[in-house]
Amino acid sequence: MDLNEFLSDAAKTAGRESKDDHVVLSSRVRLARNVNGRTFPGRAKKADRVETCGLIQPAVSGLSAMRGGYSESMANLKALEKQLLVERHHISREHAAKNAGSALVINKEQTVCVMINEEDHLRMQALMPGLQLKQVWQKIDRIDTSLEKKLEYAFDDRLGYLTACPTNLGTGIRVSAMLHMPGLVLQEQVNQIVQAVTKLGHAVRGLYGEGTEALGHIFQVSNQMTLGESETDIVERISKVLLQIIEHEENARQTLLQSKSDELLNHIGRACGILANAHIVSSKEAMNQLSLMRLGVVMGLLPDVNKALLDELFLVTLPAHLQQLAGEKLSGEERDVHRAVLLRERLGGINGLQLPE
Amino acid sequence: MKCCQPGCDNEATVHLTEIVEGQMKKVDLCEECAKEKGVTDPQGFALADLLLGMGASSEIEAGGSDVVCDACGFTNADFKKSGRLGCPDCYTTFAEALEGMVKQMHKGTEHVGKAPKALQQARSTTRQRESLQDRLARAVEDENYELAAKLRDEIKELEKESAA
Repeated sequence: MDLNEFLSDAAKTAGRESKDDHVVLSSRVRLARNVNGRTFPGRAKKADRVETCGLIQPAVSGLSAMRGGYSESMANLKALEKQLLVERHHISREHAAKNAGSALVINKEQTVCVMINEEDHLRMQALMPGLQLKQVWQKIDRIDTSLEKKLEYAFDDRLGYLTACPTNLGTGIRVSAMLHMPGLVLQEQVNQIVQAVTKLGHAVRGLYGEGTEALGHIFQVSNQMTLGESETDIVERISKVLLQIIEHEENARQTLLQSKSDELLNHIGRACGILANAHIVSSKEAMNQLSLMRLGVVMGLLPDVNKALLDELFLVTLPAHLQQLAGEKLSGEERDVHRAVLLRERLGGINGLQLPE
Repeated sequence: MKCCQPGCDNEATVHLTEIVEGQMKKVDLCEECAKEKGVTDPQGFALADLLLGMGASSEIEAGGSDVVCDACGFTNADFKKSGRLGCPDCYTTFAEALEGMVKQMHKGTEHVGKAPKALQQARSTTRQRESLQDRLARAVEDENYELAAKLRDEIKELEKESAA
């Protein structure tokens, strides 16, 4: 099957309804698993990897939960297709670099993706929009439970699931959420939050960059420790932290509106102006300005703009998506022009800001 | 400043800071190591992995310098270099060296949470059978044939169950 035919279009992906998505963009749970008695992918010779992949791939794609899904060897995907999958958060960049002996399986709804022979034999993840970590965990838990009947996992009574890197040992779980925090960034409070969250044993990083200059004001919060705490406890603990961050972000937004409304409206108004009129837009600029517009929409300041449209533009202005749309390979400079055209087409003629009553 | 990865002597051009549990940790890498460690990948990269690579060196050396995994031929030099293990059996081979590291890295040293059901059942059956066989051997030794016959029946029953 052709990947481009399988992947739902960006508008559909961005338009998926979810609650609590004003701050939490998406929730993800990833599990690392390995097959007993087989060398880890990083150590295995190519023939071994091909054999292991040949064992795992049919077991995964044969699951009833994966019916109607997409299953392909990494060797059969073009570079642009792999990049598209990275931009959709289906696979890691590390996996995009793999070829023969590695594979991926995606379910029909495109909420579950299983990477075969990434760093571990199996890296399976569920990703859904908004804040719904518990549901995401349950989804991937069910898939893992049906898969353990088909594959004998490497498991130790004391150390739990054995993984290539000892940092994933035990539950092999990585729970993460993508957070949109423009309010805290504009209020220069994001550092305090980052420090508080890391003190609780969680990692925070900018999604597209390091430190506070995270592009698009997007941050990722995830658990660090995987051994000595159950999956449900890890999910619950991180959910509590997220609820606190949401509260801080909402407060920061309200404070901005009440005490610095000129500054806030200036930021959002300029973002609209640039994106609707510029002729050269870098991906960094697009992300930052779209982020400010999204802030305006969820705060009710841009009644004519749909949040789903902005989320779609976030996705389709990324390099691989732009090139897919253009149907050809584009240089960095060409992409900046194509991006600007796309943004002008979709955002031209929008009405200005309106302060809520 | 030199790259902090073991065995690398290049000039460091990538400098990273992460706060882990309130402690600031710094890593300086050369371009090659940064690329190899996937530092440019915002999803796949964890500073813990790099710190692991550094911390691993001393731990691994403490565990002896010529340990080789029987199953996959992985050596502690390989571990030192990659910060990754070769196969599931490596956890037994390098158990001693891993102990302190795992303790530092995680909340606990014993797994809590999900376990594969089928595997757990198979293991519990094995344990049950072993215990019954021990008791059977003792009963025979004590010439308690009545108990021995009972235990033998129980073992047969258990085997029938696990076969089904």
